[in-house]
Amino acid sequence: MTINETQDELISDFELFDDWESKYEFIIDLGKQFPPLEEQYKTEDNIIKGCQSRVWLNAYMDGGLLKFEADSDAIIVRGLVSMLVKVLSGHTPEEIAKADVYFMEKVGLHQHLAQTRSNGLAAMLKQMKAYGFAYQAKSVNA
Amino acid sequence: MSHNLDIASIRNDFPILNEVVNGKQLVYFDNAATTQKPRLVLDALAGYYEHYNANIHRGIHHLAEKATSAFELSRKRLQAFLNAAHSEEIIFTYGTTDGINLVASSYGRKFLKEGDEVIISTMEHHSNIVPWQMLCEEKGCILKVIPINDEGELLMDEYEKLLTERTKFVSVVHVSNALGTINPIKEIIAKAHAVGAKVLIDGAQASSHIEIDVQDLDCDFYSLSLHKIYGPTGMGILYGKRDLLNEMPPYRGGGEMIKEVTFAKTTYNELPYKFEAGTPNIADVVAAKFALDYVDALGKPNIATYENELLAYATEAVKEIEGLRIIGQAKEKVSVLSFVIDGIHHQDIGVLLDQQGIAVRTGHHCTQPLMNRFNITGTSRASFAVYNTTEEIDKLIQGLHKVKRMLG
Repeated sequence: MTINETQDELISDFELFDDWESKYEFIIDLGKQFPPLEEQYKTEDNIIKGCQSRVWLNAYMDGGLLKFEADSDAIIVRGLVSMLVKVLSGHTPEEIAKADVYFMEKVGLHQHLAQTRSNGLAAMLKQMKAYGFAYQAKSVNA
Repeated sequence: MSHNLDIASIRNDFPILNEVVNGKQLVYFDNAATTQKPRLVLDALAGYYEHYNANIHRGIHHLAEKATSAFELSRKRLQAFLNAAHSEEIIFTYGTTDGINLVASSYGRKFLKEGDEVIISTMEHHSNIVPWQMLCEEKGCILKVIPINDEGELLMDEYEKLLTERTKFVSVVHVSNALGTINPIKEIIAKAHAVGAKVLIDGAQASSHIEIDVQDLDCDFYSLSLHKIYGPTGMGILYGKRDLLNEMPPYRGGGEMIKEVTFAKTTYNELPYKFEAGTPNIADVVAAKFALDYVDALGKPNIATYENELLAYATEAVKEIEGLRIIGQAKEKVSVLSFVIDGIHHQDIGVLLDQQGIAVRTGHHCTQPLMNRFNITGTSRASFAVYNTTEEIDKLIQGLHKVKRMLG
Protein backbone atom coordinates (compact mmCIF):
# COMPACT_ATOMS: atom_id res chain seq x y z
CA MET A 1 0.00 0.00 0.00
CA THR A 2 1.18 3.52 -0.69
CA ILE A 3 1.49 6.07 2.07
CA ASN A 4 -1.71 7.74 0.94
CA GLU A 5 -3.63 4.48 0.66
CA THR A 6 -2.78 3.72 4.30
CA GLN A 7 -3.84 7.23 5.31
CA ASP A 8 -7.13 6.87 3.44
CA GLU A 9 -7.76 3.51 5.10
CA LEU A 10 -7.23 5.07 8.54
CA ILE A 11 -9.57 7.90 7.64
CA SER A 12 -12.30 5.42 6.71
CA ASP A 13 -11.67 3.50 9.97
CA PHE A 14 -12.37 6.70 11.88
CA GLU A 15 -15.56 7.36 9.95
CA LEU A 16 -17.16 4.52 11.91
CA PHE A 17 -16.95 6.46 15.16
CA ASP A 18 -19.67 8.92 16.01
CA ASP A 19 -18.44 10.05 19.43
CA TRP A 20 -15.17 10.94 21.09
CA GLU A 21 -15.21 7.91 23.34
CA SER A 22 -15.20 5.29 20.60
CA LYS A 23 -12.60 7.31 18.71
CA TYR A 24 -10.27 7.43 21.71
CA GLU A 25 -10.98 3.82 22.64
CA PHE A 26 -9.79 2.89 19.15
CA ILE A 27 -6.60 4.93 19.62
CA ILE A 28 -6.05 3.39 23.06
CA ASP A 29 -6.46 -0.09 21.55
CA LEU A 30 -3.94 0.75 18.86
CA GLY A 31 -1.60 1.89 21.59
CA LYS A 32 -2.04 -1.33 23.53
CA GLN A 33 -1.51 -3.54 20.48
CA PHE A 34 1.53 -1.67 19.22
CA PRO A 35 4.63 -3.77 19.98
CA PRO A 36 6.89 -2.08 22.52
CA LEU A 37 10.28 -0.87 21.41
CA GLU A 38 13.08 -3.08 22.69
CA GLU A 39 14.81 -1.49 25.67
CA GLN A 40 18.15 -1.32 23.80
CA TYR A 41 16.62 1.23 21.43
CA LYS A 42 15.21 3.43 24.18
CA THR A 43 18.36 5.51 24.19
CA GLU A 44 18.98 9.20 24.71
CA ASP A 45 19.70 9.47 20.97
CA ASN A 46 16.32 8.03 20.05
CA ILE A 47 14.26 10.02 22.52
CA ILE A 48 12.06 12.87 21.39
CA LYS A 49 11.30 14.89 24.47
CA GLY A 50 7.94 16.53 24.90
CA CYS A 51 6.90 18.52 27.92
CA GLN A 52 4.60 15.74 29.13
CA SER A 53 5.30 12.40 27.50
CA ARG A 54 8.35 10.83 25.93
CA VAL A 55 8.53 9.32 22.47
CA TRP A 56 11.30 7.05 21.24
CA LEU A 57 11.94 6.57 17.54
CA ASN A 58 14.30 4.04 15.99
CA ALA A 59 14.93 4.02 12.23
CA TYR A 60 16.79 1.52 10.04
CA MET A 61 17.13 0.61 6.36
CA ASP A 62 15.90 -2.78 5.21
CA GLY A 63 16.24 -3.73 1.55
CA GLY A 64 16.09 -0.15 0.32
CA LEU A 65 13.11 0.68 2.53
CA LEU A 66 13.21 2.92 5.57
CA LYS A 67 11.56 1.32 8.58
CA PHE A 68 10.51 2.77 11.89
CA GLU A 69 9.92 1.42 15.37
CA ALA A 70 8.66 3.69 18.10
CA ASP A 71 7.23 3.88 21.59
CA SER A 72 5.82 6.29 24.13
CA ASP A 73 5.20 6.22 27.86
CA ALA A 74 1.64 7.58 27.37
CA ILE A 75 -0.89 5.23 25.83
CA ILE A 76 -2.80 7.72 23.66
CA VAL A 77 0.43 9.09 22.24
CA ARG A 78 1.45 5.45 21.68
CA GLY A 79 -1.69 4.90 19.63
CA LEU A 80 -1.03 8.05 17.61
CA VAL A 81 2.60 7.04 17.17
CA SER A 82 1.51 3.60 15.90
CA MET A 83 -0.56 5.29 13.20
CA LEU A 84 2.35 7.45 12.06
CA VAL A 85 4.55 4.34 11.93
CA LYS A 86 1.89 2.41 10.04
CA VAL A 87 1.59 5.21 7.48
CA LEU A 88 5.28 5.92 6.92
CA SER A 89 7.29 2.81 7.80
CA GLY A 90 8.45 0.51 4.99
CA HIS A 91 8.60 3.05 2.21
CA THR A 92 11.57 4.44 0.37
CA PRO A 93 13.38 7.39 1.93
CA GLU A 94 12.23 9.52 -1.03
CA GLU A 95 8.58 8.66 -0.44
CA ILE A 96 8.86 9.40 3.27
CA ALA A 97 10.74 12.65 2.73
CA LYS A 98 8.08 14.02 0.40
CA ALA A 99 5.02 12.49 2.13
CA ASP A 100 2.10 14.76 2.95
CA VAL A 101 0.71 13.49 6.24
CA TYR A 102 -2.92 14.60 6.18
CA PHE A 103 -4.85 11.89 8.01
CA MET A 104 -4.49 13.40 11.50
CA GLU A 105 -6.19 16.57 10.34
CA LYS A 106 -8.92 14.63 8.51
CA VAL A 107 -9.83 12.51 11.54
CA GLY A 108 -9.88 15.50 13.89
CA LEU A 109 -6.71 14.72 15.79
CA HIS A 110 -4.71 17.68 14.54
CA GLN A 111 -4.54 19.19 18.03
CA HIS A 112 -2.17 16.37 18.97
CA LEU A 113 0.22 17.51 16.27
CA ALA A 114 -0.13 21.17 17.17
CA GLN A 115 0.84 20.77 20.81
CA THR A 116 4.48 20.36 20.03
CA ARG A 117 5.66 20.99 23.52
CA SER A 118 3.26 18.65 25.20
CA ASN A 119 3.72 15.33 23.45
CA GLY A 120 6.55 15.34 21.00
CA LEU A 121 4.34 13.95 18.24
CA ALA A 122 4.98 16.80 15.82
CA ALA A 123 8.69 16.50 16.59
CA MET A 124 8.48 12.78 15.86
CA LEU A 125 6.87 13.33 12.47
CA LYS A 126 9.53 15.89 11.65
CA GLN A 127 12.21 13.43 12.71
CA MET A 128 10.73 10.65 10.53
CA LYS A 129 10.86 12.91 7.52
CA ALA A 130 14.37 14.01 8.44
CA TYR A 131 15.44 10.34 8.37
CA GLY A 132 13.84 10.14 4.91
CA PHE A 133 15.90 13.09 3.71
CA ALA A 134 19.08 11.79 5.34
CA TYR A 135 18.84 8.29 3.84
CA GLN A 136 17.83 9.75 0.49
CA ALA A 137 20.99 11.90 0.48
CA LYS A 138 23.06 8.90 1.53
CA SER A 139 21.82 6.77 -1.38
CA VAL A 140 22.41 9.62 -3.86
CA ASN A 141 25.97 10.05 -2.58
CA ALA A 142 26.70 6.33 -2.52
CA MET B 1 -14.97 29.83 59.81
CA SER B 2 -17.44 30.42 57.02
CA HIS B 3 -17.48 32.58 53.96
CA ASN B 4 -20.31 34.82 52.86
CA LEU B 5 -19.79 34.54 49.12
CA ASP B 6 -22.54 34.13 46.56
CA ILE B 7 -20.78 31.76 44.18
CA ALA B 8 -23.53 31.77 41.54
CA SER B 9 -23.26 35.53 41.30
CA ILE B 10 -19.45 35.37 41.25
CA ARG B 11 -19.63 32.93 38.34
CA ASN B 12 -21.70 35.46 36.43
CA ASP B 13 -18.79 37.89 36.70
CA PHE B 14 -16.60 35.57 34.57
CA PRO B 15 -17.92 35.40 30.99
CA ILE B 16 -15.47 32.66 29.98
CA LEU B 17 -17.14 30.16 32.31
CA ASN B 18 -19.99 29.96 29.78
CA GLU B 19 -17.69 28.52 27.12
CA VAL B 20 -18.56 25.13 25.69
CA VAL B 21 -15.58 22.81 25.20
CA ASN B 22 -15.92 19.59 23.19
CA GLY B 23 -19.69 19.90 23.52
CA LYS B 24 -19.66 20.33 27.30
CA GLN B 25 -19.75 23.30 29.58
CA LEU B 26 -16.21 24.22 30.51
CA VAL B 27 -14.94 23.08 33.89
CA TYR B 28 -11.83 25.16 34.48
CA PHE B 29 -9.46 23.64 37.03
CA ASP B 30 -6.21 25.13 35.75
CA ASN B 31 -6.26 28.16 38.00
CA ALA B 32 -2.75 27.67 39.30
CA ALA B 33 -1.55 28.25 35.73
CA THR B 34 -3.73 31.31 35.28
CA THR B 35 -7.03 32.51 36.68
CA GLN B 36 -9.90 33.75 34.54
CA LYS B 37 -10.73 37.46 34.45
CA PRO B 38 -13.88 39.10 35.78
CA ARG B 39 -15.93 41.40 33.52
CA LEU B 40 -14.68 44.38 35.52
CA VAL B 41 -11.10 43.71 34.40
CA LEU B 42 -12.13 43.12 30.78
CA ASP B 43 -14.07 46.39 30.81
CA ALA B 44 -11.09 48.22 32.30
CA LEU B 45 -8.85 46.94 29.50
CA ALA B 46 -11.29 47.95 26.79
CA GLY B 47 -12.03 51.24 28.57
CA TYR B 48 -8.38 52.18 28.61
CA TYR B 49 -7.96 51.60 24.87
CA GLU B 50 -11.30 53.21 24.04
CA HIS B 51 -10.95 56.34 26.13
CA TYR B 52 -7.46 57.23 27.31
CA ASN B 53 -4.76 55.24 25.54
CA ALA B 54 -1.60 57.37 25.59
CA ASN B 55 2.03 56.97 26.47
CA ILE B 56 2.63 57.88 30.07
CA HIS B 57 4.83 60.22 32.11
CA ARG B 58 6.13 62.43 29.29
CA GLY B 59 3.02 63.72 27.54
CA ILE B 60 1.39 66.92 28.66
CA HIS B 61 -1.90 66.41 26.86
CA HIS B 62 -5.13 65.28 28.49
CA LEU B 63 -4.96 61.62 27.52
CA ALA B 64 -1.36 61.25 28.66
CA GLU B 65 -2.20 62.78 32.01
CA LYS B 66 -5.20 60.54 32.45
CA ALA B 67 -3.24 57.41 31.51
CA THR B 68 -0.36 58.41 33.80
CA SER B 69 -2.74 58.94 36.73
CA ALA B 70 -4.39 55.56 36.19
CA PHE B 71 -1.00 53.87 35.87
CA GLU B 72 0.33 55.43 39.07
CA LEU B 73 -2.96 54.73 40.85
CA SER B 74 -2.35 51.03 40.16
CA ARG B 75 1.06 51.32 41.76
CA LYS B 76 -0.55 52.77 44.90
CA ARG B 77 -3.15 50.03 44.79
CA LEU B 78 -0.45 47.36 44.66
CA GLN B 79 1.42 49.10 47.46
CA ALA B 80 -1.69 48.75 49.60
CA PHE B 81 -2.26 45.15 48.44
CA LEU B 82 1.17 44.19 49.81
CA ASN B 83 1.25 46.78 52.59
CA ALA B 84 4.53 48.14 51.26
CA ALA B 85 5.90 51.19 53.05
CA HIS B 86 6.48 53.25 49.90
CA SER B 87 4.90 53.25 46.46
CA GLU B 88 8.32 53.44 44.76
CA GLU B 89 9.04 50.01 46.21
CA ILE B 90 6.59 48.64 43.64
CA ILE B 91 8.35 47.96 40.32
CA PHE B 92 6.20 46.93 37.38
CA THR B 93 7.51 43.84 35.61
CA TYR B 94 6.31 41.38 32.99
CA GLY B 95 5.58 38.83 35.70
CA THR B 96 7.07 36.82 38.55
CA THR B 97 9.84 35.39 36.39
CA ASP B 98 10.86 38.84 35.22
CA GLY B 99 11.04 40.10 38.81
CA ILE B 100 13.25 37.19 39.88
CA ASN B 101 15.54 37.79 36.91
CA LEU B 102 15.73 41.46 37.80
CA VAL B 103 16.96 40.68 41.31
CA ALA B 104 19.33 37.87 40.27
CA SER B 105 20.77 40.06 37.56
CA SER B 106 20.90 43.44 39.28
CA TYR B 107 21.37 42.63 42.96
CA GLY B 108 23.14 39.34 42.33
CA ARG B 109 25.71 40.69 39.91
CA LYS B 110 26.55 43.65 42.09
CA PHE B 111 26.65 42.06 45.52
CA LEU B 112 27.47 38.37 45.09
CA LYS B 113 30.99 37.08 44.53
CA GLU B 114 32.87 33.84 44.13
CA GLY B 115 32.27 31.34 46.93
CA ASP B 116 29.06 33.04 48.13
CA GLU B 117 26.10 30.75 48.59
CA VAL B 118 22.53 31.04 47.35
CA ILE B 119 19.80 28.88 48.89
CA ILE B 120 16.66 27.78 47.05
CA SER B 121 14.35 24.82 47.76
CA THR B 122 13.45 21.51 46.14
CA MET B 123 9.97 22.76 45.29
CA GLU B 124 11.00 25.79 43.24
CA HIS B 125 9.51 26.51 39.84
CA HIS B 126 12.16 26.56 37.12
CA SER B 127 11.84 30.35 37.12
CA ASN B 128 13.27 30.43 40.63
CA ILE B 129 16.05 27.99 39.80
CA VAL B 130 17.45 28.97 36.42
CA PRO B 131 18.15 32.68 37.10
CA TRP B 132 20.19 31.67 40.18
CA GLN B 133 22.03 28.95 38.27
CA MET B 134 22.92 31.53 35.64
CA LEU B 135 24.16 33.90 38.32
CA CYS B 136 26.13 31.17 40.12
CA GLU B 137 27.75 30.12 36.88
CA GLU B 138 28.76 33.67 36.08
CA LYS B 139 30.01 34.63 39.54
CA GLY B 140 31.27 31.28 40.84
CA CYS B 141 28.66 31.13 43.59
CA ILE B 142 27.29 27.91 45.03
CA LEU B 143 23.62 26.93 44.86
CA LYS B 144 22.25 25.00 47.85
CA VAL B 145 18.87 23.33 47.99
CA ILE B 146 16.54 22.88 50.99
CA PRO B 147 15.19 19.31 50.95
CA ILE B 148 11.55 18.34 51.58
CA ASN B 149 9.71 15.47 53.26
CA ASP B 150 7.32 13.02 51.57
CA GLU B 151 4.34 15.24 52.35
CA GLY B 152 5.96 18.04 50.39
CA GLU B 153 7.04 20.25 53.30
CA LEU B 154 10.40 21.96 53.65
CA LEU B 155 12.76 20.39 56.16
CA MET B 156 13.42 23.44 58.28
CA ASP B 157 16.18 21.74 60.30
CA GLU B 158 18.04 21.09 57.08
CA TYR B 159 17.49 24.69 56.04
CA GLU B 160 19.12 25.89 59.24
CA LYS B 161 22.09 23.64 58.60
CA LEU B 162 22.55 25.20 55.16
CA LEU B 163 22.65 28.73 56.57
CA THR B 164 26.18 29.99 57.21
CA GLU B 165 28.06 33.26 56.96
CA ARG B 166 28.66 32.32 53.30
CA THR B 167 24.90 32.44 52.62
CA LYS B 168 24.26 35.70 50.80
CA PHE B 169 20.85 35.09 49.28
CA VAL B 170 17.79 32.93 49.92
CA SER B 171 15.08 32.66 47.24
CA VAL B 172 12.10 30.47 48.03
CA VAL B 173 8.56 30.02 46.88
CA HIS B 174 5.73 31.14 49.16
CA VAL B 175 3.30 28.51 47.83
CA SER B 176 4.31 25.55 45.65
CA ASN B 177 2.57 25.56 42.27
CA ALA B 178 2.87 21.79 41.93
CA LEU B 179 1.99 20.72 45.47
CA GLY B 180 0.06 23.61 46.99
CA THR B 181 2.32 23.67 50.07
CA ILE B 182 2.37 26.96 51.97
CA ASN B 183 5.90 27.52 53.21
CA PRO B 184 6.71 29.15 56.58
CA ILE B 185 8.32 32.11 54.88
CA LYS B 186 8.33 34.44 57.87
CA GLU B 187 10.56 32.00 59.71
CA ILE B 188 12.66 31.42 56.58
CA ILE B 189 13.19 35.15 56.20
CA ALA B 190 14.09 35.73 59.86
CA LYS B 191 16.62 32.90 59.84
CA ALA B 192 18.23 34.15 56.63
CA HIS B 193 18.48 37.65 58.03
CA ALA B 194 20.15 36.29 61.14
CA VAL B 195 23.14 35.28 58.98
CA GLY B 196 22.99 38.50 56.98
CA ALA B 197 21.43 37.05 53.80
CA LYS B 198 18.82 38.80 51.70
CA VAL B 199 15.56 37.03 50.80
CA LEU B 200 13.34 36.95 47.74
CA ILE B 201 9.93 35.33 47.92
CA ASP B 202 8.36 33.92 44.75
CA GLY B 203 4.74 34.84 45.36
CA ALA B 204 3.24 33.70 42.06
CA GLN B 205 0.95 31.09 43.60
CA ALA B 206 0.41 32.68 46.98
CA SER B 207 -0.93 36.05 45.99
CA SER B 208 -4.50 35.03 45.12
CA HIS B 209 -4.97 32.93 48.25
CA ILE B 210 -3.03 34.48 51.11
CA GLU B 211 -2.88 37.99 52.53
CA ILE B 212 0.59 39.37 52.03
CA ASP B 213 2.15 41.99 54.28
CA VAL B 214 5.71 42.59 53.13
CA GLN B 215 6.50 44.74 56.17
CA ASP B 216 5.35 42.09 58.58
CA LEU B 217 7.18 39.38 56.60
CA ASP B 218 10.23 41.63 56.41
CA CYS B 219 11.18 40.09 53.05
CA ASP B 220 13.68 42.00 50.94
CA PHE B 221 11.95 41.18 47.64
CA TYR B 222 8.57 39.73 46.70
CA SER B 223 7.73 38.91 43.08
CA LEU B 224 4.27 38.13 41.73
CA SER B 225 2.13 37.99 38.58
CA LEU B 226 -1.27 39.64 38.25
CA HIS B 227 -2.66 37.03 35.88
CA LYS B 228 -2.82 34.60 38.76
CA ILE B 229 -4.93 37.07 40.78
CA TYR B 230 -7.76 37.47 38.26
CA GLY B 231 -5.79 40.20 36.49
CA PRO B 232 -4.29 40.55 33.01
CA THR B 233 -1.44 38.49 31.59
CA GLY B 234 1.96 39.95 30.87
CA MET B 235 2.35 42.02 34.00
CA GLY B 236 3.52 41.59 37.52
CA ILE B 237 5.34 43.47 40.19
CA LEU B 238 8.53 43.21 42.08
CA TYR B 239 8.42 44.57 45.60
CA GLY B 240 11.83 45.51 46.96
CA LYS B 241 12.93 47.39 50.05
CA ARG B 242 13.70 50.95 49.03
CA ASP B 243 17.25 51.06 50.37
CA LEU B 244 18.14 47.90 48.51
CA LEU B 245 16.53 49.02 45.26
CA ASN B 246 18.41 52.30 45.51
CA GLU B 247 21.72 50.48 45.80
CA MET B 248 21.00 48.24 42.83
CA PRO B 249 22.08 49.10 39.28
CA PRO B 250 19.45 49.29 36.52
CA TYR B 251 18.49 46.02 34.90
CA ARG B 252 17.63 47.26 31.42
CA GLY B 253 18.63 50.43 29.64
CA GLY B 254 16.31 52.63 27.61
CA GLY B 255 13.80 55.41 27.87
CA GLU B 256 12.03 56.28 31.11
CA MET B 257 14.83 54.90 33.29
CA ILE B 258 17.20 57.82 32.66
CA LYS B 259 17.64 61.26 34.17
CA GLU B 260 20.03 62.64 31.59
CA VAL B 261 21.76 61.08 28.62
CA THR B 262 24.87 62.34 26.85
CA PHE B 263 27.18 60.21 24.75
CA ALA B 264 29.73 60.48 27.54
CA LYS B 265 27.53 59.45 30.44
CA THR B 266 24.00 58.68 31.47
CA THR B 267 22.55 59.37 34.89
CA TYR B 268 19.71 57.16 35.99
CA ASN B 269 16.23 58.08 37.02
CA GLU B 270 15.05 57.55 40.58
CA LEU B 271 12.89 54.72 41.88
CA PRO B 272 10.77 53.12 40.62
CA TYR B 273 11.49 54.35 37.10
CA LYS B 274 15.12 53.26 37.21
CA PHE B 275 13.84 49.71 36.71
CA GLU B 276 11.09 50.45 34.21
CA ALA B 277 12.88 51.05 30.91
CA GLY B 278 10.74 51.54 27.84
CA THR B 279 7.00 52.02 27.46
CA PRO B 280 5.44 49.79 30.09
CA ASN B 281 2.43 47.52 29.75
CA ILE B 282 0.10 50.42 30.52
CA ALA B 283 -3.27 48.83 29.75
CA ASP B 284 -2.63 45.76 31.85
CA VAL B 285 -1.20 47.78 34.73
CA VAL B 286 -4.30 49.99 34.69
CA ALA B 287 -6.61 46.97 34.61
CA ALA B 288 -4.68 45.24 37.41
CA LYS B 289 -6.14 47.69 39.91
CA PHE B 290 -9.62 46.44 39.09
CA ALA B 291 -8.59 42.82 39.65
CA LEU B 292 -7.34 43.75 43.11
CA ASP B 293 -10.52 45.72 43.80
CA TYR B 294 -12.48 42.62 42.84
CA VAL B 295 -10.45 40.36 45.13
CA ASP B 296 -10.67 42.77 48.03
CA ALA B 297 -14.42 43.23 47.58
CA LEU B 298 -14.83 39.47 47.98
CA GLY B 299 -12.23 39.46 50.75
CA LYS B 300 -9.18 37.24 50.63
CA PRO B 301 -10.10 35.43 53.88
CA ASN B 302 -13.51 34.60 52.35
CA ILE B 303 -11.85 33.39 49.16
CA ALA B 304 -9.39 31.26 51.12
CA THR B 305 -12.14 29.78 53.29
CA TYR B 306 -14.21 28.83 50.26
CA GLU B 307 -11.23 27.46 48.32
CA ASN B 308 -10.22 25.37 51.33
CA GLU B 309 -13.73 23.91 51.39
CA LEU B 310 -13.34 22.98 47.72
CA LEU B 311 -9.93 21.44 48.41
CA ALA B 312 -11.26 19.43 51.37
CA TYR B 313 -14.22 18.25 49.29
CA ALA B 314 -11.99 17.23 46.37
CA THR B 315 -9.38 15.59 48.61
CA GLU B 316 -12.13 13.44 50.12
CA ALA B 317 -13.86 12.77 46.78
CA VAL B 318 -10.78 11.48 44.95
CA LYS B 319 -10.42 8.73 47.55
CA GLU B 320 -12.99 6.73 45.61
CA ILE B 321 -10.67 6.59 42.59
CA GLU B 322 -8.71 3.40 42.98
CA GLY B 323 -4.95 3.76 42.60
CA LEU B 324 -5.02 7.54 42.92
CA ARG B 325 -2.30 9.06 45.06
CA ILE B 326 -2.16 12.72 46.05
CA ILE B 327 1.26 14.31 45.60
CA GLY B 328 1.64 17.05 48.17
CA GLN B 329 -0.09 16.45 51.49
CA ALA B 330 1.32 19.30 53.49
CA LYS B 331 -0.60 20.42 56.55
CA GLU B 332 -0.67 23.97 55.20
CA LYS B 333 -1.94 23.99 51.60
CA VAL B 334 -3.78 26.16 49.13
CA SER B 335 -6.41 24.76 46.77
CA VAL B 336 -4.12 22.67 44.60
CA LEU B 337 -4.76 18.95 44.17
CA SER B 338 -1.90 17.21 42.40
CA PHE B 339 -2.20 13.48 41.85
CA VAL B 340 -0.98 10.40 40.01
CA ILE B 341 -2.98 7.27 39.20
CA ASP B 342 -1.23 3.88 39.18
CA GLY B 343 -0.51 2.64 35.69
CA ILE B 344 -1.93 5.67 33.91
CA HIS B 345 0.20 8.37 32.33
CA HIS B 346 -0.77 11.91 33.34
CA GLN B 347 -0.99 12.99 29.74
CA ASP B 348 -3.63 10.36 29.00
CA ILE B 349 -5.62 11.69 31.95
CA GLY B 350 -5.33 15.24 30.62
CA VAL B 351 -6.36 14.33 27.07
CA LEU B 352 -9.40 12.32 28.16
CA LEU B 353 -10.56 14.92 30.70
CA ASP B 354 -10.24 17.59 28.03
CA GLN B 355 -12.57 15.57 25.81
CA GLN B 356 -15.07 15.89 28.65
CA GLY B 357 -14.64 19.66 28.85
CA ILE B 358 -12.51 19.54 32.01
CA ALA B 359 -9.31 21.58 32.00
CA VAL B 360 -6.59 20.34 34.33
CA ARG B 361 -2.85 20.73 34.00
CA THR B 362 -0.69 17.66 33.46
CA GLY B 363 3.06 17.37 33.32
CA HIS B 364 5.97 18.41 35.49
CA HIS B 365 4.58 21.91 36.15
CA CYS B 366 8.01 23.42 35.45
CA THR B 367 9.29 21.74 38.61
CA GLN B 368 11.35 18.87 37.24
CA PRO B 369 13.69 18.59 40.27
CA LEU B 370 10.59 18.31 42.48
CA MET B 371 9.14 15.56 40.26
CA ASN B 372 12.48 13.74 40.50
CA ARG B 373 12.24 13.99 44.29
CA PHE B 374 8.97 12.05 44.12
CA ASN B 375 10.30 9.66 41.43
CA ILE B 376 7.59 10.64 38.99
CA THR B 377 7.68 12.34 35.60
CA GLY B 378 4.62 14.45 36.26
CA THR B 379 1.21 14.74 37.86
CA SER B 380 -2.31 15.78 36.99
CA ARG B 381 -3.22 18.93 38.83
CA ALA B 382 -6.64 20.35 39.56
CA SER B 383 -6.42 23.80 41.10
CA PHE B 384 -9.47 25.65 42.37
CA ALA B 385 -10.44 29.29 42.32
CA VAL B 386 -13.29 31.21 43.89
CA TYR B 387 -15.65 30.58 40.95
CA ASN B 388 -15.35 26.78 41.08
CA THR B 389 -18.01 24.59 42.66
CA THR B 390 -18.40 21.18 44.28
CA GLU B 391 -20.65 20.21 41.33
CA GLU B 392 -17.64 20.76 39.08
CA ILE B 393 -15.52 18.58 41.35
CA ASP B 394 -18.20 15.87 40.99
CA LYS B 395 -17.77 16.16 37.22
CA LEU B 396 -14.03 15.70 37.66
CA ILE B 397 -14.61 12.54 39.69
CA GLN B 398 -17.01 11.19 37.05
CA GLY B 399 -14.47 12.15 34.42
CA LEU B 400 -11.72 10.27 36.22
CA HIS B 401 -13.92 7.18 36.50
CA LYS B 402 -14.40 7.35 32.75
CA VAL B 403 -10.66 7.77 32.19
CA LYS B 404 -10.01 4.68 34.30
CA ARG B 405 -12.68 2.71 32.46
CA MET B 406 -11.28 3.66 29.07
CA LEU B 407 -7.69 2.93 29.98
CA GLY B 408 -8.35 -0.06 32.19
